[in-house]
Amino acid sequence: MRHFPKAVLAISLLAGAVLIAQNSVPELSFTSNPDPLQFPSTISLGEAAGVATDSHGNVFVYTRTGHPTISIGTSRPFLHGGSRLLEFDRLGKFVHEIGQDSYGFLVAQQVRIDPQDNVWIVDQLSSMVIKFDTNARVQLLLGRKAESERVPAAPLTQAAGGGRGGGLPGAGAQSDLFNRPTDVAWDAAGNIYVADGLGNARIAKFDKNGKFIRSWGSRGTANGQFNEVHGIAIDAQGNVYAADTGNKRIQVFDGDGVYKSQITGIGSPAAVCISPGAHQFLYSSNSNPQDDIDSGGEIYRLELNGNPLGKFGKAGKLPKEFGTVNAIDCRGNTELYVGEIGNWRVQKISLSAK
Amino acid sequence: MRKLYPVLSFALVAFLTTPAAFAQKAKAQNVPEISYTSVPNFLKLPAGLYLGESMGVATNSKGHIFVYTRSANTRLFEFDPTGNYLREWGIGSYGFEFAHSVRVDPEDNVWVVDEGSNMVIKFNPAGRVVMVLGHRPEVEAGMLATTGNGPTPPAAKYTFNRPTDVAWDPQGNIFVSDGYGNNRVVKYDKNGRFLAQAGSEKTGSGRDQFSLPHAIAVDAKGNVYVADRSNHRMQVLNNDLTPKTVYDNIGDSWTVCVSPGPHQYLFTSNSNPNGNAPGTWENTGEIYKMELDGSIIGRFGHASKQLGGFQVAHMLDCRNPNEILVAEIESWRVQKLLLKPLLASPAAK
Repeated sequence: MRHFPKAVLAISLLAGAVLIAQNSVPELSFTSNPDPLQFPSTISLGEAAGVATDSHGNVFVYTRTGHPTISIGTSRPFLHGGSRLLEFDRLGKFVHEIGQDSYGFLVAQQVRIDPQDNVWIVDQLSSMVIKFDTNARVQLLLGRKAESERVPAAPLTQAAGGGRGGGLPGAGAQSDLFNRPTDVAWDAAGNIYVADGLGNARIAKFDKNGKFIRSWGSRGTANGQFNEVHGIAIDAQGNVYAADTGNKRIQVFDGDGVYKSQITGIGSPAAVCISPGAHQFLYSSNSNPQDDIDSGGEIYRLELNGNPLGKFGKAGKLPKEFGTVNAIDCRGNTELYVGEIGNWRVQKISLSAK
Repeated sequence: MRKLYPVLSFALVAFLTTPAAFAQKAKAQNVPEISYTSVPNFLKLPAGLYLGESMGVATNSKGHIFVYTRSANTRLFEFDPTGNYLREWGIGSYGFEFAHSVRVDPEDNVWVVDEGSNMVIKFNPAGRVVMVLGHRPEVEAGMLATTGNGPTPPAAKYTFNRPTDVAWDPQGNIFVSDGYGNNRVVKYDKNGRFLAQAGSEKTGSGRDQFSLPHAIAVDAKGNVYVADRSNHRMQVLNNDLTPKTVYDNIGDSWTVCVSPGPHQYLFTSNSNPNGNAPGTWENTGEIYKMELDGSIIGRFGHASKQLGGFQVAHMLDCRNPNEILVAEIESWRVQKLLLKPLLASPAAK
């Protein structure tokens, strides 16, 4: 008991130091269009898990919507539906839906557009990464949806059944199957990197033809270990930035998975994005959990070396506030699309920063 | 074994007699009957479209009628004032899982409360989602059956556990009754930020406790009326959710509605339950019209499956206190009742 006040003091000082570090990041002024996309009356936007733009400014949204269902009266419980992929033009007009009734669309997690304008989705529950070409045809598949699910689900500490990535979650299984992946990115050579992310704790690397090369990482706090990887992004030099949410840092690796550095002091990074062009910028969200809108929620703008340039927004439900940001598209550098899970919303953000 | 028989028979007698006895005890006597008619075939659905269990009904300022119903999937329909079908709202919404309530606020925003997705969803008058409260459990968490099994987790500020209803005070603060899993009332500001709660995840019969808070309404002064269903009473709270008073002579308060205008009336239904022993219909099913202070003006209706009777009335719309809309669970319909003026008689207590 005698040591207790000292410990409290130490913790308070530590918290104070972190607070000062975060407060020293300047606030960026910005505007928001909280309703940039016109949905047809027959399609409802739900949790906006993924949002991304292609080179023409078309906007793709991968949303959790509809009625995810588990079959009954069958040999095992089978899962169906619950997410849709939608395309809008640069003015927000609805173009069409992609992948209707896809076998792999269960729980939307992310959508990303590669340099050739192919559309890639990551599904958290089917544990699949699906590549659509510019004609909306399935062009490449990574991972495999589990044939069926256990209901009630197995405790998360147990290995999931067939098709879920083998090995204990977080063991960093060397396999081309995933367990609740979260994001996908590419280097200049077209190699594919998947953040395998919630069930496992690793980055998996494939060549451009989808052949598994290697993976790195396991659950933990050391360098090269992860506690929930929510997002990844790759810069022009091929460095891999992994949002290591639970460890409150972004870890930076080279393309072979060799640890280089980490970025801290930006809350719990969840959604990350690196802008294109000669001078690249890194965006990272300190996303609030869905059951708390009274702290966090801001998005940071950083140099690639981790130097924070500014931050904007906070948790909340109004325009210019954020509800559990899960996606940032920064193709437009200071013109951003932000996908929110908590507010069922895509906001179009204009930053005054240069 | 022989010693057990008297105990068993006593328990059996108690089981058979208690519901009826309780209903008698908990109800005011000599309440004037308000006569009424029910409009036949009021809601006109196009061919191929059906209502399921009619959980929620509400009107907007133009008299348009919104029905939140449990069909194959939960759906939200809009009708014109004469009951003609207009359109569907929120087609395939991620929050439409198991309907419980629909309410329209003074700005004609339409709010639904879904006890399956644990969400309260606000649509603006154009039908766009502009705010959500609560959140759907993540699918994997959902497959772990987070609600319904084991002890109820502590009630959290922004997470509902089978919420039941929503209401607003004149300042736009939001009140949510929550519900089957939790047993509390939560107050948020108009931007959805938590302000206060009364009750908790636990049931209780004390003055600031609830047992299945099943519906909620707020009057022009900001007083909060909570249908405290399994406590066989209505609780009235002050705007800060402190206890104000209790009305316990109206049977089981299933739902509550406060009419607008300078003279506000309070309506509540002693609905017959899901599952009726012989004799239950004789003692349940009536709707009470009251003054806000709890004085009973009159009663109308009864348990029945025929037009004009109610089979588990679940929600009332009383925007016009002389034209009441009634949504029923076990009769898959919405009735429009035209109340006739009551001949002058003293209000019963």
